[in-house]
Amino acid sequence: MKSKNNLQELSLAELIDKYPYIESFLVEQKFPLVRKDLTILEIYHQLSEGEKEDIVIEGEEFLSRVSAYIENMQDFLGEKETGVELLSLLAGNDKDGNQEQYERIDIKTGEIVALLGPTGSGKSRLLADIEWAAQGDSPTGRTILINGEKAAKEWRMNGSKKLVAQLSQNMNFVMDLSVEEFLCLHAESRLLENEHELVKKVIQKANDLAGETFSATSQITSLSGGQSRALMIADTAILSSSPIILIDEIENAGIDREKALDLLVGEEKIVLMATHDPTLALMADKRIVINNGAIVDFIERNNREKDILRDLKAVNDKLAKLRKELRYGKRPSLFD
Amino acid sequence: MNLVTFSGPPSSGKTAVILKTIRALRERNIKAGVVKFDCLYTDDDKLYAREDIPVKKGLAGSLCPDHYFVSNIEEVVQWGRKKGLDLLITESAGLCNRCSPYIKDIKAVCVIDNLSGINTPRKIGPMLKTADIVLITKGDIVSQAEREVFASRVRAVNPDAVIMHINGLTGQGAYEFSTLLDTEKEDIKTVSGKRLRFSMPSAMCSYCLGEKRIGEEHQLGNVKKIELGDEDEEQK
Repeated sequence: MKSKNNLQELSLAELIDKYPYIESFLVEQKFPLVRKDLTILEIYHQLSEGEKEDIVIEGEEFLSRVSAYIENMQDFLGEKETGVELLSLLAGNDKDGNQEQYERIDIKTGEIVALLGPTGSGKSRLLADIEWAAQGDSPTGRTILINGEKAAKEWRMNGSKKLVAQLSQNMNFVMDLSVEEFLCLHAESRLLENEHELVKKVIQKANDLAGETFSATSQITSLSGGQSRALMIADTAILSSSPIILIDEIENAGIDREKALDLLVGEEKIVLMATHDPTLALMADKRIVINNGAIVDFIERNNREKDILRDLKAVNDKLAKLRKELRYGKRPSLFD
Repeated sequence: MNLVTFSGPPSSGKTAVILKTIRALRERNIKAGVVKFDCLYTDDDKLYAREDIPVKKGLAGSLCPDHYFVSNIEEVVQWGRKKGLDLLITESAGLCNRCSPYIKDIKAVCVIDNLSGINTPRKIGPMLKTADIVLITKGDIVSQAEREVFASRVRAVNPDAVIMHINGLTGQGAYEFSTLLDTEKEDIKTVSGKRLRFSMPSAMCSYCLGEKRIGEEHQLGNVKKIELGDEDEEQK
């Protein structure tokens, strides 16, 4: 821990100079920033009762918070060096307590893995295990390893540092902002340096994925279904801090799904995808099959399945073409 | 018996989260009960009773709910002990955001939802700032970006807290959260002599005492005036 005594001796100006992000933290805490030549405790003791009440936390304890925040931020900023390259699952039990029939499953960065199994088979439970970095302490008894080792505790407890980012069909944008404002807000929350460049990249990639293009000034709440999905995927790929992405289906309409997956794995992510759609399932490099709470199979895609995928894509393309023709009042062209 | 105080804005998902958490506790043979504090009306006690969870409700009525809480918590603790609970959960809705029912040395949990808007963390005050654990709900319906921004705002208000995402509907995260509630085997026999983490408002004015008439002559006691500035200022 940043020693509290150290911080205690620094004036506010020195503190802000050393840890620039502390300024917005103090504003957030309603801590007055007028006398920058004094230390935090000196300022605190000069506050009126009303001002102290606004800050809520008392002097010494407030200093500990400042120190905790600095520590968090340093972890957060240094996080790129602790990237996740390998995610491993060690066997647990099925719903009846029988041991799963595998020892260890390894998933590497840049791999796409599909999760398959009937509804209620335990796909969400597997996700929860990964999200929590389970250490044999979840109902399944599974253990999750990150880069071959037990996961550090902060993956569990720190809301802004999460292993798993999630994308699902029923997610919506709820903020009333333009695309650009929204993305800047996301980038700011991560203190990214090349913010504007990244925001531009997200918008461009999202437009690559969506059938109809949108601009940086469009309101996010007014985007179409396809545009929203495209923006969420591009944003998660480029701006999210989580190394693992879990996707719960990607609807076929209004978005190029293959490009979407390429974008996610291209950004050094591990992609896990729960799906009932054969095209999506075959787009994955590997498939985890779940039944009765247990992983019952781990299958690598073979060449025959790649051929099937090619045929499926051709069918999908035809359907898309037909949809477009009907939409624009044309007679369907030949279905050869 | 262990004691945990839950608090959070109305409709943030406290009851849903507690129900799912108690289910997870039961899997590990921990007997939990709930006392629900509310203002005028609640039906949530029926939800608990339906799952055979020992429950009592208290309605503050014309009193401030947090005052009502602190004046009754000792009796509530004794009820929990009599019921033979391993864990007693108190649930109360934070209403004006000025206070919190948290007690020093008693685990405090704040439930707050992603839909409430990204400025909500800075509006809530002691209920969020002094909590040990912050649970963020309704993450399944907003985008990843909004979840991340919201969590970082929570972290900026309360850098010490454990922050977790929980889905009150599916229960995702509830099992994991439940493991944080019985880490140390505490045996709380009484809360008499303990202290609140944050004081209740020091204000006492004529309206606290039932005054209804409006106007300067009816305002007595601790009265604070809004700063509207004068006309000169507006012309500048």
